[in-house]
Amino acid sequence: MNIMRISTPLNKDIISGLRAGDKVLISGIIYTARDAAHMRLQELIINNKELPFNLEGEIIYYVGPTPAPPGKIIGSAGPTTSTRMDGIAPLLLEKGLLGMIGKGNRDATVVEAIKKCGGIYFAAIGGAGALISKSIIESEVIAFPELGTEAVRKLKIIDLPVIVAIDNRGVNLYETGPSSYINREKF
Amino acid sequence: MKRVFYDEIVKVVMEKCIEMNIYMDEKLKILLDKAVEEEDSNLAKEILKDLLLNQEVAKEELIPLCQDTGMIIAFVELGQSVIIEGGSLSDAINEGVEKGYQDGHLRKSVVGCPLRRKNTNSNTPAIIYYDVVEGETLKIILAAKGFGSENMSSVKMLKPSEGVEGVKEFVLETIQKAGGNCCPPIIVGVGIGGSFDKAALLAKKALLRDLMERNKDPYLAELEGELLEAVNQLGIGPQGFGGKTTALALQIETYPTHIAGLPVAVNINCHASRHKDILF
Repeated sequence: MNIMRISTPLNKDIISGLRAGDKVLISGIIYTARDAAHMRLQELIINNKELPFNLEGEIIYYVGPTPAPPGKIIGSAGPTTSTRMDGIAPLLLEKGLLGMIGKGNRDATVVEAIKKCGGIYFAAIGGAGALISKSIIESEVIAFPELGTEAVRKLKIIDLPVIVAIDNRGVNLYETGPSSYINREKF
Repeated sequence: MKRVFYDEIVKVVMEKCIEMNIYMDEKLKILLDKAVEEEDSNLAKEILKDLLLNQEVAKEELIPLCQDTGMIIAFVELGQSVIIEGGSLSDAINEGVEKGYQDGHLRKSVVGCPLRRKNTNSNTPAIIYYDVVEGETLKIILAAKGFGSENMSSVKMLKPSEGVEGVKEFVLETIQKAGGNCCPPIIVGVGIGGSFDKAALLAKKALLRDLMERNKDPYLAELEGELLEAVNQLGIGPQGFGGKTTALALQIETYPTHIAGLPVAVNINCHASRHKDILF
């Protein structure tokens, strides 16, 4: 298993060097958005309004963290299920987004958009929210504060651990990974 | 006759909400340790080790294991000879949940109207089921149920002729579809029998059993073992990236049903499997 270190913003060169199954440590700036924020972003794009941040080369992390206890930057901050964002993700990729962090497989339209736009999909470990929070060194709500945990946050991260789940060629670890372990003949 | 006071219930529910979200069930740790040994892929091993490391971090930093701190499901067994003083039992549970989620810095994940989706900002209401039983004991089983796994759960009305093979097929189909979405390794609750709603409730109850405990009926205990093995042959593995550990436990609960029916429900829980028993 390869372990790579990358910094944001992403570009085609960085992404081309990553393959499904690689372990990656990401540093730099990423933005959070989950269900409600995605609906807001979609609405802004449809109405030709300005987005709260420039999507070009950026990574969106699908997360709704727990509130920061006193003296802490953020609470538990693991990934949420990505497939709920599948309807909107291709639009964001078309607008310049290059990376997504979440958990679970994506539908065919997202895989196609990843290939077409040269993007990448990373998986963070679902349920490891406490561990992941240690990589977050700054957190600031930059849009939709009324959405609470679902607001858009700008996060500064150091060595956030992820796994390349779908690379820019469309190779999908959710398909290739389990294939060698499937044994249904027995039943 | 036994008296239980409203404020006592609020306090204990509050404490348990915080506790179960921060500290991993000891039995779960044993199952995860065992899974690390059994896996042969490096990635699967590393993911499982990270989950064990995650619970250490949660404990040290006093932050929740997972950012989805769940919606609270409460199963209440109220002894007929218990009197609740100072207010209603439902209010006490909800007040305890609200305080726990506020004071424990847990995420409030409940929206009022499911269509208009405004957060209630208190993580209430809890979903409360009541059973009135004989005796002087009040038992509350609290579960903080995450929805990554809840969303992948399913109910099906089988034909009686589909029998146990039909049940197996449906369980495997549901878990196959869930893939990596529900944060495997998972705990699987299977409810068989009753009615449409009862099967779902049985599946939820199955998730709240002690993880090491098998069904008391030897036939069903054997079926639990067989189904767990079959689930782990699906190859989904930790986080859906392949491996031998798709489920850590599979538990079945049954209830008598109608001659025309064979309801089956599969309720999936993630590896956090947070629940606590409260006894008064």
